[in-house]
Amino acid sequence: MAYLPFDQEPSPYAMMNLPTREQAGVLIVSVSGAQGHPPVLLDFGGVDYISSAGLRVLMMASRRAKAQKGAFAIAALQPLVQEVFAISRFNLIVPCYASVDSACKVLGS
Amino acid sequence: MNQVVFWGTRGSLPVSLTHSDIRERIVAALTAANGKNFRTRAALDDFVDKLPFSVAGTFGGNSSCVEIVGDGNDHFICDMGSGARPLGQAKIARFGVPNPQTYHIFISHLHWDHLMGFPYFAPMYIPGNRIVVHGCHADLERAIRLQMQSPSFPVDYSQAGARIEFDVMAPDQPRYISGINVTPKKQRHAGDSYGYRFESLDKTVVYSTDSEHKLENPEEHAEFSQFFNKADLVIFDAMYSLAEAVSVKADWGHSSNIVGVELCQAAAVKRLALFHHEPVHDDGSRAPLEIISAYDGLTIAL
Repeated sequence: MAYLPFDQEPSPYAMMNLPTREQAGVLIVSVSGAQGHPPVLLDFGGVDYISSAGLRVLMMASRRAKAQKGAFAIAALQPLVQEVFAISRFNLIVPCYASVDSACKVLGS
Repeated sequence: MNQVVFWGTRGSLPVSLTHSDIRERIVAALTAANGKNFRTRAALDDFVDKLPFSVAGTFGGNSSCVEIVGDGNDHFICDMGSGARPLGQAKIARFGVPNPQTYHIFISHLHWDHLMGFPYFAPMYIPGNRIVVHGCHADLERAIRLQMQSPSFPVDYSQAGARIEFDVMAPDQPRYISGINVTPKKQRHAGDSYGYRFESLDKTVVYSTDSEHKLENPEEHAEFSQFFNKADLVIFDAMYSLAEAVSVKADWGHSSNIVGVELCQAAAVKRLALFHHEPVHDDGSRAPLEIISAYDGLTIAL
């Protein structure tokens, strides 16, 4: 399982490497790894506002995950953001979990 | 302008509560009463007022028709959905016959749910009345006449007693009509639709229904922010959830409550009325917001 944010201990499945180097004043990111399509979980614990533009990005991410036969989910929504998800019906499009732990129990199995 | 009256708020198709809907509401109210005694009508009304909207009220079933009460004698109406029928009856009841009146009707577009009330608008059969149908579609008159022809309707258009005029307006060109400046704006909808901004000396109302907004288009967002700018009331097409509007029902020509809130916040609007409710939604399927959700019979003081 690839688990965001990336500042936490990556799971054994998160194999993507993003080494950088500079050449002629240009920052070059060399992407490698990422074997397979592990479930992706967004930890929304630190998100206290989301607009329609943000929701649309989530919709696009969810579609991309489905096209690749992967899983995409969100965890730990704050109450106000959770209300926006309910009003906009995005909770019917993107699986939402109460916590990262509860999401991992489902997605990681 | 001092008042807006919603005679029809339902989108696409008129609907009605069913026998089982009514029964469920009665059961819910009696359950909430839980054996209480009501000694007076006032006590009973007080109890009913505290029941949830989905038990004690309804969004109603008539399709789009909104009245803007101006400062003069002329009447201002947005769209002629099935709500035009009770509106017409109310006008006859209030002003009687003969008592010639002038009605200015603004048509957002020519889809049936926005025109179907016209043949049932009683003032059109009363000689002496004047009805001016304003709109931006070149075939406005043809569409009105078309639905009052055999075999679609038993009364031919020629039977109208009132003097009916047609006024094809141009988008973004303000027109001064009986004390109110009216500016149409083209909107995204199949066959095009037009919103109308009504400005009197001290109040502004925007009627913007059957209008889809593309989130990825910042220019369009800016245009509508300007169109709604500082309005006292915006009546907004909130037919779908945002999730529907950007997925399975994208390009169906309607918008959502979320986009309405964002546009009205950007435009510093004072009040937003959610409008053109999806017919398949019941009275409890839409979570309450700190925003008005218009229903048939709702009157808003500006």
